[in-house]
Amino acid sequence: MIPELGHFALILALCVCLVQGVLPIAGAHYGRREWIVLARPAAQVSFLLMLGAFVSLAWSFYVNDFSVQYVAAHSNSKLPTLFRFGAVWGGHEGSLLLWVFLLSGWTVAVAQFSRTLDDTMVARVIGVLGLVTSGLVLFILFTSNPFDRLLPAAEDGRDLNPLLQDPGLVFHPPVLYMGYVGFAVAFAFAIAALLSGRLDAAWARWSRPWTTAAWVFLTWGIAAGSWWAYYELGWGGWWFWDPVENASFMPWLIGTALIHSLAVTEKRGTFKSWTVLLAIGAFSLSLLGTFLVRSGVLTSVHAFATDPRRGIFILVLLLLVVGSSLVLFAWRAPKVALGGSFALMSRESLLLTGNVLLVVSCASVLLGTLYPLIIDALKLGKISVGPPYFNAVFVPLMTPVLFLMAAVPLARWKNTDVKEIALRMWIPGVLALVAGALVPYLMGGWTVMTNLGVALSVWIASSGVIQVARRLKSGFPPASFWGMHMGHFGIAVFAFGVTMVGGFQEEQDVRMEPGDTVLVGGYQFKMIGVKDVPGPNYSASRGAFEVTKNGSDAKILEPEKRTYFSSTMPMTEAAIDAGFTRDVYVSLGEPLEGKAWAIRVYFKPFVDWIWGGCFLMALGGLFAMSDRRYRLRVKESVVVPEAASPPVPKRGRLKGATP
Amino acid sequence: MKAKFLIPLALFAVLVVFLAAGLRLDPHEVPSPLVNKPAPAFKVTQLEHPELQFAAEDLKGKVWLFNVWASWCVACRQEHPVLMQFARQQIIPIVGLDYKDQRKDALGVLKRSGNPYDVIAFDGDGRVGIDYGVYGVPESYLIDKAGIIRYKHIGPITAEALEKTIIPLINELKKS
Amino acid sequence: MKIFYALMLILLACGGAMAKEAAQLAEDPVVEQRLIAISEEMRCLVCQNESLAGSRSDLANDLRRELRTLIKQGKTDAEIREFMVSRYGDFVLYRPPVKPTTWLLWAGPFGLMIFGVGALFVYLRRRNTDIAADSGLTDEERKRAEAMLQEGGK
Repeated sequence: MIPELGHFALILALCVCLVQGVLPIAGAHYGRREWIVLARPAAQVSFLLMLGAFVSLAWSFYVNDFSVQYVAAHSNSKLPTLFRFGAVWGGHEGSLLLWVFLLSGWTVAVAQFSRTLDDTMVARVIGVLGLVTSGLVLFILFTSNPFDRLLPAAEDGRDLNPLLQDPGLVFHPPVLYMGYVGFAVAFAFAIAALLSGRLDAAWARWSRPWTTAAWVFLTWGIAAGSWWAYYELGWGGWWFWDPVENASFMPWLIGTALIHSLAVTEKRGTFKSWTVLLAIGAFSLSLLGTFLVRSGVLTSVHAFATDPRRGIFILVLLLLVVGSSLVLFAWRAPKVALGGSFALMSRESLLLTGNVLLVVSCASVLLGTLYPLIIDALKLGKISVGPPYFNAVFVPLMTPVLFLMAAVPLARWKNTDVKEIALRMWIPGVLALVAGALVPYLMGGWTVMTNLGVALSVWIASSGVIQVARRLKSGFPPASFWGMHMGHFGIAVFAFGVTMVGGFQEEQDVRMEPGDTVLVGGYQFKMIGVKDVPGPNYSASRGAFEVTKNGSDAKILEPEKRTYFSSTMPMTEAAIDAGFTRDVYVSLGEPLEGKAWAIRVYFKPFVDWIWGGCFLMALGGLFAMSDRRYRLRVKESVVVPEAASPPVPKRGRLKGATP
Repeated sequence: MKAKFLIPLALFAVLVVFLAAGLRLDPHEVPSPLVNKPAPAFKVTQLEHPELQFAAEDLKGKVWLFNVWASWCVACRQEHPVLMQFARQQIIPIVGLDYKDQRKDALGVLKRSGNPYDVIAFDGDGRVGIDYGVYGVPESYLIDKAGIIRYKHIGPITAEALEKTIIPLINELKKS
Repeated sequence: MKIFYALMLILLACGGAMAKEAAQLAEDPVVEQRLIAISEEMRCLVCQNESLAGSRSDLANDLRRELRTLIKQGKTDAEIREFMVSRYGDFVLYRPPVKPTTWLLWAGPFGLMIFGVGALFVYLRRRNTDIAADSGLTDEERKRAEAMLQEGGK
């Protein structure tokens, strides 16, 4: 009964979303007030219906209803409750339901927190969100229904993929999707601006907190996924340039460009068309990512089970959403008046340069990800494009961005003197050069890459600290100031972590018997033994290792090798002792003869700085969002520093229509 | 409409064309670089007669089918009846490569389900498979009279593949 | 739990005779280093999302065994790559070889960067003249206005 209710709720939600998508936008266009005011209530109703659908699926998992095909495929009566909940989004159908549920959540949030925005604008934004949601719900209902019944019901489920049976599953997808989906809001604002012809600083001010929020979630979500892969997969890597990882990274790159571009549009009224294009781009990449992951077009460890019908449907959806927005862009954007002028050397132009570099980086990732497909489609052969390519290309492209990042906050709007900036940056410059040469040497091996990495992180971090110190002299700066510097500082921390772990990690693959020791990275690992341990839905061999440094600070690490009842592949659960300056990492390999085991031991210096840096970046975004000016209850039509572009004349001026 | 504002749309259109093309491709399939190249030489013992050997050049002058299989391979069981039928037609010799298998397991399968092969080479450690670029089982190679690989079939041979691709190719190769 | 381990450790320390420094799993660490370096840049053909270095599949084990033999025979990296490519095609290389079909791939990003920054430069120059032209001021007047804005802006 419950699954059917859920299914019905989803169908109703589709109807409401269609109304929500069509009427308010038409109302804004024709000036029909009664249609415009439908937007907010429609958003609220559709959210409640989506919530109902989602809860009924979650309930089916909770009570182990194996007559629902999706539940039978992804759950098991022995599956711990926490993972049963996570399993709701463990497969294609459920994760799509999560997608639309979160999208309706963002929509209702926009409806709630936009009381001071004029109704016509809100109508358009919510309308666009409604249309996108409708498209996705149609996709679910026609090709990916999580409520399909399995009759006769299965005795027991096939169990959740053991790789997913981890707290990371409960956290990573929802947070990541909040980011992916959140860019739909920026997208909707952009489309609303194009539709109304009102592309001004006020629009940018409204978009900005929503866009930053989505960016914060995406940053968090990607970092969570990376950390999860690190401790779950058992061999210490944290980024593989896998197509699905790239699919989340590309919107992040464009999103970063977008939040910087919005800053300029808000402050100076310039870059309007560019910002709109970026907003369309970010969400388009989210949709593209959805396509890549679910269509079977690329090989990926993350890819869901695929079906060509699904691929075609999403491609059509992608074509409609992105195609129509780009047509709208080509039509309306040329009519937007140019903003104010600025010199070739100014904060605006430097930010724009950073934007261009970020877009180029994103395009490179896209090129590398899709190249095998392009070559295959052109019948030119079959190639692979993997980490060696991406690392070789991405690092040089991002280096100028990192370099600029430290200096741009010092640049003035409209016109800036490069010499002046250079003078103010001499201390960070010296610190960077010294640290870049010294730190790798002290760590035991200097290379060009480690020098560069350390130098860039010190360059960014030290200039940030100096700028903050200087600014504090003239009073306590606003939240947005802290946000910017926290975000940039986060990047410095991230870059440092990547450089250190990449350059100085140590690894040993050894054969150990109880009592044996091995020395890695200054730490001594002593094997105590391995014993068999049962789990709720697996049986495991658990090892015990004593780790000491210089004979003291003893810690016990217990890696496991699990065989889940539902799968034949054994799973490694590494044991990690995480620390501020290093992780020590032990994982069990294969059992050898007698009591011996193949053991892999790692020393990873500063690896947690990678995710620490991401956390700081996200925190910076939160600070930026919480700036007072977004919380001011501004009732007037916002004071705009630059003249708003004149409204585009519609076919016939209708009474009461606010363009 | 200024032209430069159409650039994003144009780029997107190109992207969609490639994505649509991609839906019809299989990203997992690894085509063989050995097609139209000489079949790698090897000499191993035979499965059924371990005292005898088999070498690729033994069949020079004939068109033949080289089928890689194993007793532990599930998809091979799908393919087996098709091979049996093909063998009965006596069109060309079929040589099996028993890949990374145990002799008695392989012999057991043949006893139970029948033996479509004229001779079976035993590749216990998989070296021959590697030389032929085998990455999954079953895989089959069509080799011509001069010992050149002309076609590789990845996955179980189906009746359709036989009819549409393999047999016409065999007829062509036999003429030369 | 801790007590249990402490006891185990004491027992081991007493029994202690056989405890030793763990031996490398690999026969020859130098060969192994080279193997890891080479196979990390190759794709496992079975589980196509792992490198040949990391994959635990049968084929990966066999291929690593073959590569070890080749390394011991003194073959160069290029020869080893050729061994794999002649059997499995370019697909097996994670670092795409530079050939006409991949020129766009390798040159694209940097070309795009140069093009992007260059186009930006040209655009910004033209933009300022466009705006000046739009503004209806003469060149003289515009320069004076800019100068005034400069002073005010500081």
